[in-house]
Amino acid sequence: MAHGTGAVSHLERHHAHHFKNGHEEFEACKQGMWIFLVTEVLFFSGMFVAYAVLRVFYPDMMHDVHHHKILDWRMGALNTVVLITSSWTMARAVSSSQRGEHKNTVGFLWATLLLAGVFLVVKYFEYSHKIHEHILPGAQYAYEGLTTAKVPIFMSVYFVMTGIHGLHVVIGMGIIYYLIRRANRNEFGPKYFTPVEITGLYWHFVDLVWIYLFPLLYLVG
Amino acid sequence: MANSSTAHGDNYLNHSHGLKSWLFTLDHKRIGLMYLFVILAMFLMGGVFALLVRWELFAPGMQFFSSPNTYNQAFTYHGAIMVFMVVIPLIPAAIGNFVLPMQIGAKDVAFPRWNLVSYYVYLFGLIVAASTLFINKVDTGWTFYAPYSIRTGTSATLVLLGAFIMGFSSILTGLNFIVSIHKLRAPGLTWDRLPLFLWALYATSIVQVLATPVLAITLLLLILERTIGIGIFDPKLGGDPVLFQHFFWFYSHPAVYIMVLPAMGVISDIIPTFSRKPIFGYKAIAAATFGIALVAFVVWGHHMFVSGQSEFANFVFSFLTMLVAVPTGVKVFSWLATMYKGSLRMDTPMLYAFGFLFVFTIGGLTGVFLAVVSVDVHLTATYFVVAHFHYVMVGGTLLAFLAGLHYWFPKFCGKMYNEGTSKVAAWLIMVGFNVTFFPQFILGVLGMPRRYADYLPQFEQLNRISTIGSWFLGVGFVIVAWNLAKALKYGEKSGPNPWGALTLEWQTPSPPPHENFLKEPVVTEGPYEYRGEKALMGSNA
Repeated sequence: MAHGTGAVSHLERHHAHHFKNGHEEFEACKQGMWIFLVTEVLFFSGMFVAYAVLRVFYPDMMHDVHHHKILDWRMGALNTVVLITSSWTMARAVSSSQRGEHKNTVGFLWATLLLAGVFLVVKYFEYSHKIHEHILPGAQYAYEGLTTAKVPIFMSVYFVMTGIHGLHVVIGMGIIYYLIRRANRNEFGPKYFTPVEITGLYWHFVDLVWIYLFPLLYLVG
Repeated sequence: MANSSTAHGDNYLNHSHGLKSWLFTLDHKRIGLMYLFVILAMFLMGGVFALLVRWELFAPGMQFFSSPNTYNQAFTYHGAIMVFMVVIPLIPAAIGNFVLPMQIGAKDVAFPRWNLVSYYVYLFGLIVAASTLFINKVDTGWTFYAPYSIRTGTSATLVLLGAFIMGFSSILTGLNFIVSIHKLRAPGLTWDRLPLFLWALYATSIVQVLATPVLAITLLLLILERTIGIGIFDPKLGGDPVLFQHFFWFYSHPAVYIMVLPAMGVISDIIPTFSRKPIFGYKAIAAATFGIALVAFVVWGHHMFVSGQSEFANFVFSFLTMLVAVPTGVKVFSWLATMYKGSLRMDTPMLYAFGFLFVFTIGGLTGVFLAVVSVDVHLTATYFVVAHFHYVMVGGTLLAFLAGLHYWFPKFCGKMYNEGTSKVAAWLIMVGFNVTFFPQFILGVLGMPRRYADYLPQFEQLNRISTIGSWFLGVGFVIVAWNLAKALKYGEKSGPNPWGALTLEWQTPSPPPHENFLKEPVVTEGPYEYRGEKALMGSNA
């Protein structure tokens, strides 16, 4: 079987047996990732609809949430900067792997991984503050400072959306770490950089979701 | 193997041996058969629940179940098993997996590993959902409507989780098919030479990829609703149960087309082959396939005509729903025109295709009745609706599946089944099906509500007929299973192309070699260029 992807340097690597050549394999993988990202958009769209329904039905509640600074926009802004920077380091990792710049590939992948970690640490502080204050989703909500009706449902939407987004960040970190290990074995180069490229697509998507979440949840009142 | 039916001896069945060679296979043909095996096992399970439900309804009062609540569990399992575990993956994951790479002239699907992953994900989701049979059962109906699904003390969470997991399998299969059709077609296989079965699978895959994630988030939110009470769907916490219905049907209506589009694809391949004529309206059928897939996404509101939706929304959804009949009609008339003046051969696959045309048209037309708001208000949640969707799902998808199973069976194993027995079974299934479900149309119009273990005495006669029909249906399926199982062992060799079909999967030995073709095929004309020749037997053009 020519499926093996073990410790094979990029110069010797063969494409999987059912593809005609490496280019066809690259195109197929890339299209596959794009279609997967479409499913991701639709997965998140359910939550965006729930959010839109809340906004349209209860504008006053949304105003109260904003007015009482339930969400700290500075934390959200910090994380936005962190994620956008990580998208840049990811893009650099992709272009380095295409040019066969081995050290840069590994370095930028590590930088991306690190920034993803920073994002999660900031998120951790936000979550623990809310848990401490009992600003929790739905039936768990017990915050004395804001008792407007439907605020608990807004918190549900906040936790579900950011939670699932956070899960995507964690999964992305796992994949990036896997890429680092493969890059260390010198598997990527001008002839084979598919995994780095399609992970890049995924990572930009995760970034993009946050770019919608930040203004919708933190900024709009 | 010396007794292999292929000239060169090596085929996908004897290429490697042992249980492990199946469990870890990346071969799309073996994965397709593994899917088929599990799906048919689940079909048996869902079928037993169906027979029990019908038995209960044989007479007023309680017959079989100890309480109305156990009856509720039985129809929930019947519905959930048949929809999520059988009818959705039935044609794409089982037959499609086997046939698609061969019809495009490829060695495999684009991502063989993900194909195997999708199989195990399906199996895992199935085990999670079915495990509830041994825990607390579930009684919500397959639609999981809030708020009851939030309150019920049964193991609904596990069933929701199982359906959520199986969704990933459906997405992976769809994704794999789309990329395979785009990137792996043989030289000369241009888009306008693609067999219509592939057009159907392609459109189905798009619907799977676009709709399933919405079901995933819906089920996830419902699970969170049950576990921590997020309040999005729960009216007690200020949520909106109708929002759940919107979310649920945004997937589950397109899911109907995930079920029926591949069925139409099977029929589009079978009818020209057994009429020895080029298909009538190739482009119209391909376009209609996409027309249906498109409209599928904007008709979900017709499930909520009585859920307090605005009258304007009702009007729009009513109109859009009737629109489905247009591309569907295009297909039905194209199939009829294909048969017109053809040299028809009434082999088993064609017999089922006739059955499909007959009952699916009834299913489709009653769908137009239900699209009319004023009629639907009267018929909502009656047996008319039950009869309608069984005419679509059983009469449409299941009959087309049986047509496809008998059509491709010789390709799967290189053996031919007993034609006489399979025809008897086909007639039993056709008659049994109509005897079971036609009375339910009348029961619905008379006002018998669905999902009750008991009914008023005046409905007894028709219910009795329906239950007796279900026995014929059951016996028909048993004969199909017995006939095909017998053919696996004792069937005569079928030769590579028993139907004289022109699509690529028939231009290679049966069973096919490990990599499908002995040399890469080159396509020079469309898939249905039959030129008025008489029906062929055992020839290989």
